[in-house]
Amino acid sequence: MTKLVTLTIDDQPVSVPAGTLVVDAAKQIGNDIPVFCYHPKMEPVGMCRMCLVEIGRPMVDRGTGEVLLDENGKPRIQFGPKLETACTTPVSEGMVVRTQTKVVADARREVLEFILTSHPLDCPICDKGGECPLQNLTMGFGPGQSRFLYDDKIHLAKHVPLGELIYLDRERCIQCARCVRFQDVIADDPVIGFYNRGRRLEIVTYSEPGFDSIFSGNTTDICPVGALTTADFRFGARPWELKSSASICTHCPVGCNLTFNTRREARAGGNPVIKRVMPRQNEQVNEIWICDKGRFAYHYTESPQRLTQPLVRRGDGFEEISWEEAYQLAAQKIRASQNLLTLTGGRLSNEDLFNLRELTLARNGQAVLYSDMAGGDLTASYGLAPGSNFGSMGKETAILVVASDLHEEAPVWWLRIKAAAQRGARLIVLNPRSTRLDKFATHTLRYAYGEESQALATFLPGAAVPEAYQAAVQEFHSAENAVIVYGSEGAGLAASQGLAQTAAAILAARGKVGQVNNGLLAVWQRANDQGAWDAGFRPVEDLPAALRNVEVALIAAADPAGDDPLLAQALEETGFVIVQELFMTETARRADLVLPVQAFTEREGTLTSGERRVQRFYPALPPRPQTRPDFAVAAGIGKALGLDLEGRAASLVFLRLVKTLPAYAGLTYTQLAEVTPQYPIIGRSDLYYGGTAYDNHQGLGVQLPLLPAARPVAVGQSQTAASVTAGEGEILLVPVTRLYDRGNTVLPSALLHQRLAGKTIRLHPQTAAAFGLNAGETLRLSRDGWSAEAQVELDEEVPLKMALAVRSTGIPCSALSAVRLERLTVASAD
Amino acid sequence: MIKGLLTTLREMFQQPVTIQYPEVKRPVRTRFKGRHVLKRYENGLEKCIGCSLCAAACPADAIFVESAENTDEERYSPGERYASTYEINMLRCIFCGFCEDACPTEAIVLGDNYELSFTDRHQSIYTKDMLLEPVPPGGKPTPQNTEPGKYTRSVPVMQDPQD
Ligand code: SF4
Ligand code: SF4
Ligand code: SF4
Ligand code: SF4
Ligand code: FES
Repeated sequence: MTKLVTLTIDDQPVSVPAGTLVVDAAKQIGNDIPVFCYHPKMEPVGMCRMCLVEIGRPMVDRGTGEVLLDENGKPRIQFGPKLETACTTPVSEGMVVRTQTKVVADARREVLEFILTSHPLDCPICDKGGECPLQNLTMGFGPGQSRFLYDDKIHLAKHVPLGELIYLDRERCIQCARCVRFQDVIADDPVIGFYNRGRRLEIVTYSEPGFDSIFSGNTTDICPVGALTTADFRFGARPWELKSSASICTHCPVGCNLTFNTRREARAGGNPVIKRVMPRQNEQVNEIWICDKGRFAYHYTESPQRLTQPLVRRGDGFEEISWEEAYQLAAQKIRASQNLLTLTGGRLSNEDLFNLRELTLARNGQAVLYSDMAGGDLTASYGLAPGSNFGSMGKETAILVVASDLHEEAPVWWLRIKAAAQRGARLIVLNPRSTRLDKFATHTLRYAYGEESQALATFLPGAAVPEAYQAAVQEFHSAENAVIVYGSEGAGLAASQGLAQTAAAILAARGKVGQVNNGLLAVWQRANDQGAWDAGFRPVEDLPAALRNVEVALIAAADPAGDDPLLAQALEETGFVIVQELFMTETARRADLVLPVQAFTEREGTLTSGERRVQRFYPALPPRPQTRPDFAVAAGIGKALGLDLEGRAASLVFLRLVKTLPAYAGLTYTQLAEVTPQYPIIGRSDLYYGGTAYDNHQGLGVQLPLLPAARPVAVGQSQTAASVTAGEGEILLVPVTRLYDRGNTVLPSALLHQRLAGKTIRLHPQTAAAFGLNAGETLRLSRDGWSAEAQVELDEEVPLKMALAVRSTGIPCSALSAVRLERLTVASAD
Repeated sequence: MIKGLLTTLREMFQQPVTIQYPEVKRPVRTRFKGRHVLKRYENGLEKCIGCSLCAAACPADAIFVESAENTDEERYSPGERYASTYEINMLRCIFCGFCEDACPTEAIVLGDNYELSFTDRHQSIYTKDMLLEPVPPGGKPTPQNTEPGKYTRSVPVMQDPQD
């Protein structure tokens, strides 16, 4: 426990931990000292002088060190001759702060007057107008009139694209450096900076493409004026016209808390549309940050390509039918079949998954998760214990990240783990190639693709440790708390099963299971994979065979045919295929019955994040006519089969879910919607102290308790996945994940197109030379059943005879596998 | 009673105050507040910059504004922003003139027209084309292709801040 220091702010005593800054201490008692450059998530810099206050300290007798008392027996306070910045001054015992005196008011007025001398005052057209700290503080403390002549104002460029996502208005910038500091300190992407000085100062970008950072959108939230705006929202609406609805990001397992801002729009025929996505504070999940995928990749939900009517196959085409007919048809086919397979994707909510599960189990079907990652049963028993929070991890914790490029797979976890490492947490990164996390790691270890489990096994107590690993292993075992994070870099189902088992065994052996800030964390490929595991869905090793052998396949939120031609072939052989989808995907094209569902923005539900936090999302938009939520569709089919399924509302499904799934026992929607005060206070209501991120009034979610393990983890039993080797003319294809992939939920956001991963494979120059390939050339990859063309990229870091392929870009790669590689002979003129 | 009859008799020979509307129209007072007009500058550019302040000020929620970005090639108004949609529902409007007061560019002005009758609710919604005044002589219609860097200010610079 840090020492508490007591001080007096405007005659009100307050006790705060030593080291707290005067601004933050004042905030705790509701005294808003105005700030511009200070941000509660960053170190102070004292650049803007807006926070000037009078600070007095008790006088001390130099000889004795005694505090001098006045005639009333109170300590004598000496005020400095000048005002001090509250944002850079830490509290000290007996300090007296005055914020309401005339000198302070004068100082505030003068600082504002000075800032406004070079401010364009175009609030009427400024996107920040209405939620702008400068506007608010000017109204609160500023001068009514300026002594400067309007003609003296400096005119600068107002439309400066820093990249295709973020625009700068040079006139509006007040040079607080919040954006520059955020990129430098928090996001570790120092791609923007100050150039020139004084009134000529401007923010410039150093990167190509401009402002190359996956966190760039956050700078528009923390910019205290409208100098930085996003291309997505530019002139989109005035902030006061927007309605807000709480939601959860469904792009990755972090589960960042979002707020959707909506407004009616003429282009949409007077219907409400999403105008922008903003972060919502949850200090245990995303703090006040979100990545640009969460911010900009929502456009798929409003795509005109969305399905709007149930469709049934008639010959080569589809014909519209009513929902009732669709349910009856589905039920008839399921009733007539011996075996049913339900394949779900991790985009679905817990309620959807629960109803699909009930439907499947009632028909003795197989509940299959569409994923190449295993271990969800282990994370349920060995996962992060309730109360764990990356934000509270420090030097007593060792974080071991294995087989994951976190920056691409789960950006906000990367951000928070990096911050933990900077606070002293011992970060050990185990990955075959370098990643953005290496820089912050205490130990960086390498292994060859395919040997992840063996590499991790060296962390088992008593294991033989190779020389290179010794220091890291020792460090890991000497830490009080242990967190193991595993991903799917280069790993398929079998390999990740081995990884998860080994990791669970390490944690079990250390006896740390169930303690706060300890446990196993899977970097799932989709947002609610954990929820799907909890509901009993499991990935299968040979999905093509499984699909081929069933009479009815019910596929929801998954596009196997689009990812892998082998699966597409298998689907052709499946008896009857029912697809619940948003779009006419490759899978839907091969279906016999296509059921249009609602996007998560149009309905309610819950998602379970990788940290096993159950969080609610709320509807932001009215549903499209003729679409239904997945849980209602499953219930509709179930009812037609004579099953008792709930399909009226997500909350009613949840009531049944908590009675069935042990981990969720006793949870209620009300509990999920509870909030407790969060620190730091960043509130919108507090003059946008920490930017325009939304306060959280809709729930912080609940972390699920750990379940007792069904059986002790089998140490080392991990099938040393029959090591794949590449033969003559072949290479090993290594699946890796990129944030901006070409999935169905990313592609419709045109704004991100420049940044999407290409259909490329990355090779070591030597490997490429062996095949006679140069950078940029096209090659053909083939394996029994499929072939795909891709472009060559050279990368020194890729191991020899291996090729990195990005998931969801059209190259089928679910696990490490050997593929034939051919150079495509381009018919050239010579 | 005789007094009453006398009054009647006297009034019979007075000039009638009734005006034969619609044949005859009485001029409105200078401060009359009738149907809105969206003003233009002399060169034809629209004064409205799509800021929605009128919509925010309107007590009857009668105004709907949507904005978009100007380019030098396709310019509707000075500065970066213009109203891509501008609608006033005259059935809602109470002709208070708050919108006029709120407008930073004096773009929306309550005019003289009081002849507002509709046979259908939808007709009561006046769109931007209906509200915009005609292009003044010598001006060009919008969108205009303008010289780069000339119209960078949305709100005209005040000549005299005391004004
Ligand atoms: S762009 Fe915004 S955040 Fe960056 S220095 Fe200028 S005012 Fe500050
Ligand atoms: S980190 Fe993940 S959950 Fe958070 S905004 Fe980005 S994609 Fe969404
Ligand atoms: S006159 Fe008053 S009621 Fe009518 S549109 Fe203007 S602000 Fe609204
Ligand atoms: S009429 Fe005036 S107040 Fe209304 S949007 Fe246009 S510029 Fe703004
Ligand atoms: S100097 Fe303290 S907030 Fe800027």
